[in-house]
Amino acid sequence: MSDATTPTQPRGGLADPAARRQLMSGVTPEPGSSKPDPILEVDNIVRQFGGMTAVDVGHLEVQRGIITALIGPNGAGKTTFFNLITGFDRPTSAGHGAHWSFDGANLDRTSASRVAKSGMVRTFQLTKALSRMTVMDNMMLGAQNQEGENLAKALFRPFWGAQEKQVEAKAVELLDRFSLLEKRKDYAGSLSGGQRKLLEMARALMSDPKMIMLDEPMAGVNPALTQSLLGHIQSLRDDGTTVLFVEHDMHVVRHISDWVVVMAEGRLVAEGPADTVMSNQAVIDAYLGAHHDTDLGDDALLSDATLEQLEKEVAEEEAEREEER
Amino acid sequence: MDDIQQILNAMMREAVDPKTAAVALAVIGLNIHFGYTGLLNIGQSAFMLLGAYGFAISITQGWPLPVAILVGLLVAFVFALVLGVPTLQLRGDYLAIVTISAAEIVRYVGRSVGVEWLFDLTGGAQGIPGSRYRDPFTDLSFFGSGNTTLLPFNYLDVSESPLLRLAGWLVVIGLIWAAVQIGRGKIGLEGGARTGALLGLSLATILLVFFLAPVAAQNTGVEGWWFTVVAWVIVAIGLLLVLGLTRSPWGRALKGVREDEDAMRSLGKNVFAIKMQALVIGGLFGAVGGMMYVLPSTVQPDALGRNITFFAYTALLLGGAATIWGPVLGSLIFFVGRAAIIAGANTYLSSDQYINIMNRQQTSQFAFVVIGVALMLLVIFRPQGILGDKRELRFNV
Repeated sequence: MSDATTPTQPRGGLADPAARRQLMSGVTPEPGSSKPDPILEVDNIVRQFGGMTAVDVGHLEVQRGIITALIGPNGAGKTTFFNLITGFDRPTSAGHGAHWSFDGANLDRTSASRVAKSGMVRTFQLTKALSRMTVMDNMMLGAQNQEGENLAKALFRPFWGAQEKQVEAKAVELLDRFSLLEKRKDYAGSLSGGQRKLLEMARALMSDPKMIMLDEPMAGVNPALTQSLLGHIQSLRDDGTTVLFVEHDMHVVRHISDWVVVMAEGRLVAEGPADTVMSNQAVIDAYLGAHHDTDLGDDALLSDATLEQLEKEVAEEEAEREEER
Repeated sequence: MDDIQQILNAMMREAVDPKTAAVALAVIGLNIHFGYTGLLNIGQSAFMLLGAYGFAISITQGWPLPVAILVGLLVAFVFALVLGVPTLQLRGDYLAIVTISAAEIVRYVGRSVGVEWLFDLTGGAQGIPGSRYRDPFTDLSFFGSGNTTLLPFNYLDVSESPLLRLAGWLVVIGLIWAAVQIGRGKIGLEGGARTGALLGLSLATILLVFFLAPVAAQNTGVEGWWFTVVAWVIVAIGLLLVLGLTRSPWGRALKGVREDEDAMRSLGKNVFAIKMQALVIGGLFGAVGGMMYVLPSTVQPDALGRNITFFAYTALLLGGAATIWGPVLGSLIFFVGRAAIIAGANTYLSSDQYINIMNRQQTSQFAFVVIGVALMLLVIFRPQGILGDKRELRFNV
């Protein structure tokens, strides 16, 4: 996968781990830090469901050509954030300072299909395989700018026959890479959960995306398949695709991600390289709670002095939170 | 045997009836909506009625036939846009509610008598009699006058012996059985050979059926051969269109929308545009079906009401949604089956010769009871319809 030692190229080809480390070494590991060459920039995205604020992201940049992991505990707003930037949901702050752009193009008022057309293709946490269509048809739908999807030309094969052949060849190649080739005539509904994840990823790749956004690609996948999925994600990066993926299990992302963004309660709480961000106090708090190493069964806790101390700490934290709001 | 022959003749008359072809066209349109795109349109009758009104009123205003046809199509096109713009952005159920109410609105406006200029155009509940708009179409006929029986020679020319007919029907059953075997892939034929064999068998079956149950009709008059032939030729053209469209990437996108709209959005497809195109095209098929439906009869709003929509759904599910031939086969079986039950009940349950337990009106209602039971059995035991692919249903999420 990443054994090649090709020199760093401006776009894509960041296959060398050292090059990626060097690229990201200049970035301050703090929430909302600026990147050398961001492909996605997000400002002031707020999404409220009633009184509950699900997402409140001030500023985020995603570096081109590397694997960025977006992690956070359950309910941190990762998927909602995904939905917002891919056009499947509208921010509450739309029109009041919400602004996000992909590869230089403004996405503030862009529909989900246009976001996908602009080169930012996503997958879903609950796979959306088109069940009652064959695996091959699923793949062919992924290709962009198909002449034959134009109703005026659909009846006349000369307009789209040649393109259809190219699309088919590409689909076969991708299916082969994701070891789904022998399933190509089966209905997608007959695939196992892990195979559907693979199919969805392969289908997203049919459009040659500049950036692929994977929503929990590893959820519900057995360990063996997880390894091969991780391998696929790395080879995507090595081919020059930017990868942003959501995961709630920190340990899965440790090996493959070049940069980790941590969300908790809708906010960005930390950013940084995988190995250091895990020891960040904010991340540990988000995942385990601030008092995770306090043994609640310890008799010493029952003394008044300790209780007072803990109460004071809690009050301080709450005051801090109030201030932030 | 004569009784049976009469029932068979009644079935054949229904099978070649232009109205059967007209409903088949509407079902083809409904198949694009429901079978391929997953749009729950419960107002297909409104597309038919609007097509019929547009066509008939244009001709009563003295406009030429091609213009009248275009007006009928245009009205249905506008109706599809009006229905689609507000509802296609929403979840599927809304389309169902809006289409069924829109169909009722169209029907009630058609039968209203309050507004004078409207009443002058539509004729209220009485409708527009066929004699006022049929002539331009009838004049196009090059079939001449007189009567023709469909095949130049039939069983009467050979022998009147019931044995011959019995043997003939056994051969028909054998041919259908062979076609089913080939269709299911039990006989090792592939690609062109399979299509050819199926077409040949179907043609042989149809010819043999005409030989065994000859239909006589006028060449040009109402319900005559001219109407029948034009109607079925349009059905054939419609089938070719649907065949071409559904085998194209556009047809693939339709199915994708049926399966999951969000997935299609994530692949960069304009779901709204695809759904709108499907709604318009299926609606235009409905409009053509409506024009064909009223040509041999009258434009009566109540004749193109909810019933027709539900017949169309029955025929579609019977034949198999999301198949090319399903709508036509379903319509044929539905109408021919209904004719068979009515004729059978008339003969055996409503005459002093056998059992007399119901009158003529009741036999027609009895037919619907039987059809209802048959539909329930179909949904339970063969939910994919006759031609449907079971896998397309089984994996429903």
